Amino acid sequence: MTSSTVSGATAGSRSHRSRVIGRLAFLGPGLAYLIVFLLIPLGMVLSYTLFRRGRFGGVVYEATGENFTRLLDPLYLDVVIGSLKLAGLATLIALLVGYPTAYLIAQLPRKWKTIALVAIVLPFWTNFLVRIYAWIVLLSGPGLVNSALVKLGLVDKPLELLYNEGTIVTGLVYSYLPLMVLPLYAAIEKLDPQLREASANLGARPARTFMSVTLPLTLPGIVTGCLFVFVPSFGNFVIPELLGGGRSIMVGNLIRDQFLNARDWPFGATLSLALLAVLIVLLLLQAWSSRRA
Amino acid sequence: MLQITGVSRRFGEVTALSEVSLEIRPGEFFALLGPSGCGKTTLLRILAGFESPDSGAVTLDGADLLSLPAHRRPINLMFQSYALFPHMTVAKNVAYGLERERLPRAEIRERVEEVLAKVGLAAMAGRRPQQLSGGQRQRVALARAIVKRPRLLLLDEPLSALDKKVRAEMQLELKRLQHEVGITFVVVTHDQEEAMSLADRIAVFSAGRVEQVDEPVALYERPRTPFVAGFVGASNLFEGAAHDGGLDGGELGVLPGTGDLPEGTPALLSVRPERIRLEDFGVPDGEPSEEPAAETPEEPAEESPEKPVESAESPEPAEESPKEPTAESAESAEPVEDAVPEESAESAEKSLEEPAAESPEKSPEEPVESAEPAEDADPEESAESPEEPAESAEDTDPEEPAEGRGVLRGKVADVSFYGGVSHISVVVPGRPAPVLVATQGATRVRTGSAVALHWAADDGVLVPQ
Repeated sequence: MTSSTVSGATAGSRSHRSRVIGRLAFLGPGLAYLIVFLLIPLGMVLSYTLFRRGRFGGVVYEATGENFTRLLDPLYLDVVIGSLKLAGLATLIALLVGYPTAYLIAQLPRKWKTIALVAIVLPFWTNFLVRIYAWIVLLSGPGLVNSALVKLGLVDKPLELLYNEGTIVTGLVYSYLPLMVLPLYAAIEKLDPQLREASANLGARPARTFMSVTLPLTLPGIVTGCLFVFVPSFGNFVIPELLGGGRSIMVGNLIRDQFLNARDWPFGATLSLALLAVLIVLLLLQAWSSRRA
Repeated sequence: MLQITGVSRRFGEVTALSEVSLEIRPGEFFALLGPSGCGKTTLLRILAGFESPDSGAVTLDGADLLSLPAHRRPINLMFQSYALFPHMTVAKNVAYGLERERLPRAEIRERVEEVLAKVGLAAMAGRRPQQLSGGQRQRVALARAIVKRPRLLLLDEPLSALDKKVRAEMQLELKRLQHEVGITFVVVTHDQEEAMSLADRIAVFSAGRVEQVDEPVALYERPRTPFVAGFVGASNLFEGAAHDGGLDGGELGVLPGTGDLPEGTPALLSVRPERIRLEDFGVPDGEPSEEPAAETPEEPAEESPEKPVESAESPEPAEESPKEPTAESAESAEPVEDAVPEESAESAEKSLEEPAAESPEKSPEEPVESAEPAEDADPEESAESPEEPAESAEDTDPEEPAEGRGVLRGKVADVSFYGGVSHISVVVPGRPAPVLVATQGATRVRTGSAVALHWAADDGVLVPQ
């Protein structure tokens, strides 16, 4: 009733308001979810970095800066640097393995491309933990790999394949390789094959063509893929926990330990903040490189 | 210098090239012309080294080309899409090929500057390809290809992506450059205009075969296969058998033409639209018997009409819609007068009178037009033959029988005018497709007019079928 009597003058603002309401109706659920379950908890965690730890966990609201000075303690700094190294190594290996794979898939006939891409994504359809446990079965003392090696007479006694940094890297590469291959595939597939032909036509050997044309033009894909692998690797705590023997080798474990074992929430929050800062810097780098390309 | 011998290439079931042999001479501007899917691009890719033939040989200056990988061939290609490297500046793009030759940096810079100046892009050296217009990109692609001073430059549809104005410019530029740098150019195109305007010689491809290799004019005037006759330029093709130097077109009778085919050989007769002369009898007006006198030696009625004639033909000024006036003029003697408003009728008569007087004298020399008015003036005459020409036909027939004889008779189905040329389609009984006639300038022939078509024997070319 009221709406039908609205005068022409207010009709404009009314339609504007209804447009806003319309947008909110669509955005609302997602927005509410993000605010309640991401922004507020994140804000809480970040605020902990400024306070003292409670005796049995929790926070005592007394302002302090000691959490940040503690971050520079070699004990913890080494863990952060170690995590960077492991995640970086995993990313590099994933790139070296993933690029040729993606390149090959991009050259396949259309039908095979689809099949290959499905095969790449297939592991995601099984449970992550199950797959990691499968590695333990494979690599343990009496596991498949060792028993095969022993039977073949290549080694006298089972090797220590589990619970070292190499195992962690193996697990990280294994888990996140698809995240490397997909963006690389997208970038390579998009590349005009005539550019490679043009390069050859101008006298460039295949290797030169790759370095001067293919690689620079697929750089955005490389950066994206590296980010996709590095980000979850850097903060990971399940893989180092299961394959690394349970020591606090990576930041993820350290944070988990701070919250659950050491009951030092403020320092755990500070470590989380550090992790977040590193990842944000990487994201900005990626955004910059993809805009440039 | 480039010798292609018996090259064949199949893709699965599809034969892209079948026993293609060609010889391309040094310094020549050569075109491979054909519809899409005819194999010309495959041949280009074989020359560039991106494809290998299943069989056959290609030699460049006597040396085997096929054994060289693409990056070692002294051949450069200008891609249809230009394939400029988007992450490099114009100068970098052009320098790319020279860097691969490991030339000293100073020489590279010098040659890049030189070639950019040559294509008029010196000011654009620092730009990225995305910042250039289509025409400029093409110049970069061209510069990048010729800076290497190849023995052979391949151009894939070089003009197709450009709009008409830039095209004409680029066409001249390509020719000029080819002259300047003295490189042998091979252009691949589906666009006959492009091929005809650029090339010294053209190889016409169809379904993986070379149909004919010739100079543009020869290709146009003396097509040797039905495909070439149909593909190169517009053409009227008549089916039949060779007969006494012409073509026995069955229902259509014997059509004039030349060609040394044995009597009775199945053949096509190709007649170019602009070679056909058209004789206009005006629009028959309900009276079907246009036939009788038809032999008026009309010059193509389209020819720029003289004023008196015009008014004579159609009683009313040109403003009138084309059909009506002609109809009237046809009828003019009988019912028309009633139908036509007095004024126009009068003016028609007036105008008719004048030319009518002249017509007898003029008719022999001048176009038919002058003859027509005469008829109009005389009711009786027009009555005899539905149209003006009928009368004049009677008059002139004896004088110029040979010239006046229409080879084919038909009715104008459509008239259109563009590019300074009038395109007239004439439906001829006994022939499924209309006959196309083209004449310079605007025509006065109207849709629905009965016409006779004729051409000299030299203008019909017999092609073995």
